[in-house]
Amino acid sequence: MSAPIDRTWLKDHSELGISAFLFAAGALVLGNTLLETRGGGSSSDPLGPHAVPLGVGMLLLLLAVLLTLDVLRGGKGEAESGDDIDLTHPSDKRTVLMLAGVLVATAVLIPLIGWPLAGMALFWGATYSLGSREIPRDPLIAAGVSLVTWFVFDTLLGVDLPGGPLMGLI
Amino acid sequence: MDTFSSLMDGFGHALTPTNLLFAAIGVLLGTAIGVLPGIGPAMALALLLPVTYAFDPTGAFIMFAGIYFGGMFGGSTTSILLNTPGESAAVVAAIEGNPMARSGRGPQALAAAAIGHFVGGMIGTILLVLLAPLVAGLAVGIGAPDYFAVMVLAFVAVTSVLGSSRVRGFASLAIGLAIGLVGLDPLTGSQRLTFGIPQLADGIDVVIVAVGIFAVGEALWVAAHLRRTEQEVIPVGQPWLGSDDLRRTWKPWLRGPLIGFPFGAIPAGGAEIPTFLSYVLERRLSRRRDEFGKGAIEGVAGPESASSASSAGTLTAMLTIGLPTTATAAVMLAAFQQFGIQPGPLLFQRESQLVWTLIASLFIGLVLLLVLNLPLAPVWAKLLRIPRPYLYAGILFFACVGAYAVSGQPVDLIVLLVIGVIGFFMRRYGLPVLPAVLGVILGPDAELQLRRALQIADGDWLTLVSTPLAVIVYLAILVLLLVPIARKFVKRPEKEREPADH
Repeated sequence: MSAPIDRTWLKDHSELGISAFLFAAGALVLGNTLLETRGGGSSSDPLGPHAVPLGVGMLLLLLAVLLTLDVLRGGKGEAESGDDIDLTHPSDKRTVLMLAGVLVATAVLIPLIGWPLAGMALFWGATYSLGSREIPRDPLIAAGVSLVTWFVFDTLLGVDLPGGPLMGLI
Repeated sequence: MDTFSSLMDGFGHALTPTNLLFAAIGVLLGTAIGVLPGIGPAMALALLLPVTYAFDPTGAFIMFAGIYFGGMFGGSTTSILLNTPGESAAVVAAIEGNPMARSGRGPQALAAAAIGHFVGGMIGTILLVLLAPLVAGLAVGIGAPDYFAVMVLAFVAVTSVLGSSRVRGFASLAIGLAIGLVGLDPLTGSQRLTFGIPQLADGIDVVIVAVGIFAVGEALWVAAHLRRTEQEVIPVGQPWLGSDDLRRTWKPWLRGPLIGFPFGAIPAGGAEIPTFLSYVLERRLSRRRDEFGKGAIEGVAGPESASSASSAGTLTAMLTIGLPTTATAAVMLAAFQQFGIQPGPLLFQRESQLVWTLIASLFIGLVLLLVLNLPLAPVWAKLLRIPRPYLYAGILFFACVGAYAVSGQPVDLIVLLVIGVIGFFMRRYGLPVLPAVLGVILGPDAELQLRRALQIADGDWLTLVSTPLAVIVYLAILVLLLVPIARKFVKRPEKEREPADH
């Protein structure tokens, strides 16, 4: 097989990535269970803490093999549809990566600038990634949602969300 | 009349101003969420799990029950006015409801659906009241081997019945089981799959898994395929029914629950199959069969009534046996676990007041829903026009708030994202989501029951098939596993005639 054919073959069989994931997860579960935990069951707990993880690990490996066979035979998982989903165009990877980046940035920002500001960055970042470019409206809605949520959770419901440096101003 | 007095007692507790407020918030949130495209009741409950940290269990469950029924009410509005049902349970509502709306009979379609939900929910809840104590009474005697068998049945049923591919269903289940293993072993305290990371010793919180798979996974998946064209929303007025329509709908309303309730209570039943069966039944019984497909009101009334009754059936199985049969019930079970309450036969003894208040609030919630939905339908319909970037940004925002609220660590947002990415690829490659969530929530329980059973029997594996119930359940599992294989075997000769690649 020449290189370009190889590439389209891989694209058509990208589901093999799921097999690889299942295999890796199975290997991880089995490896970790065999290496880290010692001793089997005892008289008070005949099965012990490892039997089930070993079973789950082997199940994952078995399913990796079965899924690989299924994909090679031409089996294909059906992508999920829904209200706002249009499956006629391919996955928009850029939007997904931007949203993932926004989530990571939020995790980093929370300890630095507190929830109200990090939450605003999260909401605005997400609307921006999803294609909205309404400049005064988007950040204003983001600020509103974030502040109201922070107030409701932190003050009314007693769920602790750090206010950050903004609290020094109030 | 012990049941009756317990129920009256429940009404006494449910009718306090605070609990009424929770019920009202629940049905309003539920309806709004059901109407909003892209958010199903399971995602809504998952996003609201962290809010319950601040509530007492009774208030939280009253609200959850309102959201559950409200989501069903709202979902049919979306189907009828948009023709793109969000929840699979509302698919049938679109078949007849949307043509009705197109031909100017939207108000009648909405009324038939709303009253259908009310009637179905009422009959379903009455059946719940009558049956739940009986089932719980029978189930008190069942032991660890039976529980283990029933949980295995739930796993196998969910992976075999839902979705088109069983390999993918089981793959999803195995992923869930593996996530459920992370943390300290509850019996021996030894670390499993923690890789020496202290944060993993407590396990991956069910809230983060549920929010990650249902909310973040869904938002990422929609983001990758966001419809760029505006969808047409059919404008609608006040729902109402004329006497002619009433004559056509009252029988389907009453027939729906008979199909819906039992299907809701069995593993992997849910609302999809009974709504479809009810539709087929109504078409067969109707004297105006030619109207079906073009907007027959019977095709809205029957299935919608069946769908709400199936929710009541689902609640019956969840409360009496502790067995979640739908994704929404699975998240509810997780909520019970958050409060340290184990649903099951003992729930009716230990938490009698909580259960009966919850059941009473189902009746109250249904009345509130009917009162709210008939006049407010045009307002709800406006929600369909919300710009999608705000909708999905909001879902991600509340997912992060929820994940953070679990333990106050920003790291949890990264865990949330990882699980969301897994959820994304599961949707991309057709791995059903429910088996994974069920694996995370029920997996640790199933392991505990298995080990407890072997503990009692001194390691004798035969104990697993030592009771009649367990044997029957394993036979049912065997049938579920073998039937498709046998069918494939019979069909093979035909398949071989087809060309190998297409």
